[in-house]
Amino acid sequence: MDFLRPASWEEALAAKAEHPTAVPIAGGTDVMVEINFDHRRPEYLLDLNRVGELHEWEAGEDTVRLGASVPYTAIMERLRAELPGLALAAHTVASPQIRNRGGVGGNLGTASPAGDAHPALLAAGAEVEVASAARGTRMIPIDAFYTGVKRNALQPDELIRAVHIAKADGPQQYSKVGTRNAMVIAVCAFGLALHPATRTVRTGIGSAAPTPVRATAAEEFLNAALEEGGFWDNGKIITPSAVKRFADLCAAACNPIDDVRGTAGYRRHAIGVLARRTLTWTWESYRDARRTTEGAA
Amino acid sequence: MRVNFTVNGRPQQADDVWEGESLLYVLRERLGLPGSKNACEQGECGSCTVRLDGVPVCSCLVAAGQAEGRDVVTVEGLADYARQRTQGEGEGTSLDAAQRWQAAGGTDSRTGEGGALAPIQQAFIDAGAVQCGFCTPGLLVASDELLERNPNPSDADIREALSGNLCRCTGYEKIMDAVRLAAARQSEGV
Repeated sequence: MDFLRPASWEEALAAKAEHPTAVPIAGGTDVMVEINFDHRRPEYLLDLNRVGELHEWEAGEDTVRLGASVPYTAIMERLRAELPGLALAAHTVASPQIRNRGGVGGNLGTASPAGDAHPALLAAGAEVEVASAARGTRMIPIDAFYTGVKRNALQPDELIRAVHIAKADGPQQYSKVGTRNAMVIAVCAFGLALHPATRTVRTGIGSAAPTPVRATAAEEFLNAALEEGGFWDNGKIITPSAVKRFADLCAAACNPIDDVRGTAGYRRHAIGVLARRTLTWTWESYRDARRTTEGAA
Repeated sequence: MRVNFTVNGRPQQADDVWEGESLLYVLRERLGLPGSKNACEQGECGSCTVRLDGVPVCSCLVAAGQAEGRDVVTVEGLADYARQRTQGEGEGTSLDAAQRWQAAGGTDSRTGEGGALAPIQQAFIDAGAVQCGFCTPGLLVASDELLERNPNPSDADIREALSGNLCRCTGYEKIMDAVRLAAARQSEGV
């Protein structure tokens, strides 16, 4: 095994071009487990810890450009206002020790359907910035990024540099089912974001299909129901039948399996419950914000 | 490969390190510092917790090469680290002293008498927070970092800070007591 230690992003891309089989390692919270258990013996380890820019983030007008190695600790402590859904998701990642090392780039690189960040990224709306020495930078929409169980849209010579995540324009929520609050791989997880600016709702489902997915039929139904009822303007409580239909459609968007963490039937049921709860919570926040604004006017 | 890094305030060098080796393995097997425990090797148990550039991490998930040029504090250096934090300048802990840490100064492991202990270590002894002792080094490093960052933690803060450290003996209540005790002593300047 060779340990490659690029000092800059350009050097990292050059190393990945020269050794496309090199396994990138940043926080090590996935890669080292595989090496410790001898599940993987890569020819090359490509250490990204010395590429400083990967640990930085930048809040722009509409998006946050989040470096691939920004640790979950920083996301939950420093980016709660801009990225509330992802901050909540970050807080559910394993333990402080793991959150101090792991980042969203690793979640995307591993592309496990159970990765905690995915539902939040899908719900907020995001693009993954990847690059190669030969072809430069390209942006992959998050919806096109996950291609299969632990598979993503990266080419062998590409590395993940950053994620561009839409800044919250409304309330966001994230819920995860597990046997305890820490150190848990999700049985299933659900992210929901209200986007009042475009009058849309976006969702993300984790650990309940071969890849993280959006519940698009549920989103379309709810978008239409909110529009028809004038809910964005009148701020009324969403009709219980509409909430139930939304939850059912979210459950129907799952394609889960039975495994040690839970059965397919449980996962489908739980996603419906999480969908209903997160919609109720976010809509309450939206109504509160509206009342405060109107009260001030 | 060779790894140069700072361990407990002193520059150290490890040779013949395999590229896929963890920082934990280097500490235990190459530097002779077995205080950081090797249990799950997958970041689930926290018994290998060390400070890497001040931040608590699972050393089993840090590749040895990633520690190059960086600063590591292990449980063997915790007493000196805590003393330096309160008294300013210090020289760290030599490898030799760290390897012999348990015996140094004739510490009675039951009462803590006779040896140099960090306040958190003394509090663990006084509160009876040690049973089999395997999880203790990781808990000490994590608790010490919590109290450095947050001198008056709530119970929720303590639970959160220690949520990555598994104990299979005590049920955590005495560990909670120990951290509360250390926090109280710290605020009273004892």
